Formats: sequence, structure tokens, C-alpha cells
Amino acid sequence: MSAATPITLSARNLCRRFGQREVIHGISLELKHGEVLGLLGHNGAGKSTTLQMLTGALLPHSGQIEICGFDLARQPGQAKSRIGFLPETPPLYRDMSVDNYLAFAAKLHRVPRPQLANAVAEAKRRCGLQDTGRKIIGTLSKGYQQRIGIAQAIIHSPEVIILDEPTVGLDPSQIRDIRALIRELGDAHSVILSTHLLSEVESLCDRVEIMHHGRLIYSDSSAHMQQYGHQPGFIVTLLNPPLLGELQAIDGVQQVEPLSSTQFRVLHAADAKPGPALLALAAQHGWQAQQLVPLQSRLEDVFVQITENQ
Amino acid sequence: MILTIAHKEFRSLFAAPSTWLMLGALQLIFAWFFLARLDAFLQLQAQLAQLANAPGATQAVAVPLFGTIALIMMMLVPAFTMRLLAEERRNQTMALLMTAPVSSTHIVLGKFFGLLLFLLLIVAGCLAMTLALAAGTQPDIGLLLGNALGLLLLAASYAALGLYISSLTAQPVVAAIAALGSLFALWLVEISTVDNDHAWRMIAPTSHFQSFNIGLLHSADFVYFALFCATFLLLTIRRVHNNRIYG
Repeated sequence: MSAATPITLSARNLCRRFGQREVIHGISLELKHGEVLGLLGHNGAGKSTTLQMLTGALLPHSGQIEICGFDLARQPGQAKSRIGFLPETPPLYRDMSVDNYLAFAAKLHRVPRPQLANAVAEAKRRCGLQDTGRKIIGTLSKGYQQRIGIAQAIIHSPEVIILDEPTVGLDPSQIRDIRALIRELGDAHSVILSTHLLSEVESLCDRVEIMHHGRLIYSDSSAHMQQYGHQPGFIVTLLNPPLLGELQAIDGVQQVEPLSSTQFRVLHAADAKPGPALLALAAQHGWQAQQLVPLQSRLEDVFVQITENQ
Repeated sequence: MILTIAHKEFRSLFAAPSTWLMLGALQLIFAWFFLARLDAFLQLQAQLAQLANAPGATQAVAVPLFGTIALIMMMLVPAFTMRLLAEERRNQTMALLMTAPVSSTHIVLGKFFGLLLFLLLIVAGCLAMTLALAAGTQPDIGLLLGNALGLLLLAASYAALGLYISSLTAQPVVAAIAALGSLFALWLVEISTVDNDHAWRMIAPTSHFQSFNIGLLHSADFVYFALFCATFLLLTIRRVHNNRIYG
């Protein structure tokens, strides 16, 4: 992302106490235009509290939040009209029809009256709600209700969209649909996504922040996060394997570990590339190489590693 | 913004079948009292005619009817105010209002005026019923309008108190019972003081409705109702704002 991309949300040193207990300790965040930021953390790490502070539902005890240059505490009207928020439980009035509810949400977010019908239609189209207009929200399934929640958050095309665990409780096909929608939203808006599903981060987010006990303990791009503490290597399958010593002797190889009679895990230094040499030798000596799969650390492992390090 | 929220509140009242049922039942009760009063008046009419300065039909039929409705309001208003904030809290829909670009004042006033519009509808229904007296006699329009105005102010003060109590809890039923209890206590204060000018009597909304009921427009009563509403609305606004502070 270039340096010229405008910053849409910035939070500095947010602190929050509940009674005597300090739950958020000096969090600072920045979000650029067109970026999808994943906020990861265990249950009770303070994700939802942080998101509530960023949207103005909860006042921080200290710290400052700016949305597109407007201070959330001093110009709440200006700042809040640039945020769309989907809380953990979608804030739906169960006895209203989808159309009426979305129109109410649009009016609350200061969508001018002439554009109201368009805004409702557009939000419904993006969330796949075209055929639900007159239905009563309480009668719809959880997946549809979640989509209405998202429609409500994007109806005024806010610059910053904040979604608190948007795919919880949905079936796999609905999860896929909603992820596609979030990816689409990420192109034109900035999105903050809180989740404890690591696959979601892997597939959606440009950047990851990990929260632990009310602190941000790790921040990087999600691709980099997968490399965290990662030992380069590969798993090779040789149907007619040589002695371990021969593999060990290849230039750059640090360690060879047999996984079965034909599979070996080969670890090597980050800058060495022993793969081609091994394949050449295999061809030469008839080891019958079949597969060479680079080792990839799973995000789950990385996450556990990072949170345990703290 | 206040209008948007008021409009939504008003409409959502009519989305519930219980509201229609309640409106229907109320009209039935009012009609029952009205006809019973009218019947009694017709029977006594001949004797009344012999009295000097006898009460007319408006005074004998409509005025007691408004007095009864004022008492019914005491039980009715908590049933509508209980949902206003408590249910938003329970269903966690408050987040929509709290994160929208509207202030706590907008939220509270919107809800208050939305309900007031509905109560106006009920008062208008009573007024229309008493105006039916015009079919047989010449009703005292001024007295009727004064009563309707008093009833509306009384209902507004009940709504403000009920709204405040609704903001204290996340359970609508608790809000309803607490509001009913408070209104009942205020009423007891009025009826338990024998002396008409007793200071305690002045704190009860019902005692201020009395002057409207007998056709007296007293500026002190207007001030009382305005202060009563303003006090509880301000307390509610503070309470809603505190949600952002204490979570």
C-alpha cells in the first residue's frame, strides 16, 4: 500500500476500565483506505470492547479516535456518519419489515431523503436480500438476519466498516457468500473485522492485529504472519529412498527427519535451496522422487505461538 | 432525527397486534362508562331541572368520564413505556442508535414524542366520543377541550416517568411494574391528604389534572407538567448517556 493512501481511522492510546479492572491497555490502531484489517484474539481479549469504542458506543477513559480526520469525541455527528457497525448481535427490530428497517437505518445515518430508496435497494442487492423486502425480520433465518445486519452497516456507504464476528453461526455456504461480500467491500471501503476464525483472516485480511489481554501484541500483514517463527523446509516422497546420511549430505540441508519409510521432512536454512539438488540426485540414483511439498505453517500454530510468547 | 425516531416508535407500536387489541378494548371501556353516565343523567334530568344552577350534560357526563380515563391512563401508560428503552437493551438493538450519528437527547426525545403521538390518538378518541353529546344537546366545547388538554398533559407526564424507569432496566416487565408502582404511589399521595392545599398534594400529577377537569386553566399546572416532563426526560438523557460511560 502506498504512503499516499489516506488514513480513514486512527486510534491513539485507548484505555478502558470496567470498575477497577482495566480491560484495554493503551491500544493504537491505524487503518488505510481500501484495507481489510483483521482483529484476532481469544474470547475475552477485548476485541468487542475495542470495536465498541471505535464506533462511539462506548467512551474510552483516555485516548483519541479520529475517523477521516473528525474527532469522535468532539464531532461525533460527522465522525459517526462515516462508520458502519455490525455488532456481535445484529441490532435488528424483529417486528419490522426488512425494507422499513433498512430505511430507518438509512435515515438515522443521514442518507438524504431523495436517495433513500436507492440506498436501500443497493444495500439489499449487495447483501443478496432482493427477495426479502416485505418480510418481517423476526421470521427470517439467522443467515438472512446476519445479512440484514451487514446491509444496515453499509447502507450509507461509510468510509469505515466495522464488523464484529460477521460469520458466527452461519452455515458454510452463507459464510462463503458473506466473505465474498466483505472482500468486495474491502476494495472501496476500509474494513475492520474481528474474528477468532483464523481461516477468515487468511482469506480476507490484508493486515492482522492480534489482541491479548487488552493489548495489541502483534501487527503485520497476514502473509507475513504465516512466516512468523517459520522454519523453511519441505516434505519429499521418495519411493526408493537412499540412506538418511546421503540426504543429509546435500548442500544446505540442516536436518532430515523420516516421517515414514518413503516420506522425509527436510529442513534447510532460509537462503539455501536444496530442493533442485535433491531432485537431480534422485533422478541420477533412481530414488523415484514423487512429491515435494514446501512446509507451510498453519495460521493456527502461528497464532498460538504468538499469544503464548507473551 | 427526533422525528425519524418518533416516527419509527409510532409505527412499531402499530406493528404489534396487542396495541390494536388494547385500543379496541379501551374504546369499549370508555363507551361503557360514557353510556352508563348518560343513562344516569337521563334518569335524573327531570330532578336536576328543578335545581338552580344545575349541572349540564357536559358536566354530568363528560367531566366524570375524563376523570375515570385519567385513572385508567395510570395503568395504561406503563404498558407502553415499558418497551421503549428496556426492550432495546434486552434485544441489544441499542447499539444501532448509539453508533448512529444521533445524540442521547435525540434518542430520548424521539421515543417520548413517538409515544405522545400515540397517547394523543387515545385522548382524541375520548374527545370524539364526548363530542357525540352534540347530537342531543349543546356541549360545553371549552370544557371538553380543556379536559382533553389536561388529559394529554397528564399522559405526557406519565410517559416521561415511565420512559425514565424503562431506561433503568433491561427487563420490560420490571419497568412496567416499577412505573405502575410509582404512579400509584403518586396518586396515593394525592388521595391520602385530606387538606386540599396540602404541599404534598402538589407533587401528584393527578391533583393538577383536577383543575383541568373542572374547567380551570391554571398556569401553575402548565408549569408543573412542563417541569415534571423536563425533569424525567433530563434524567433519562443522562441515563442513556451513562450507557456509553459504564457500558
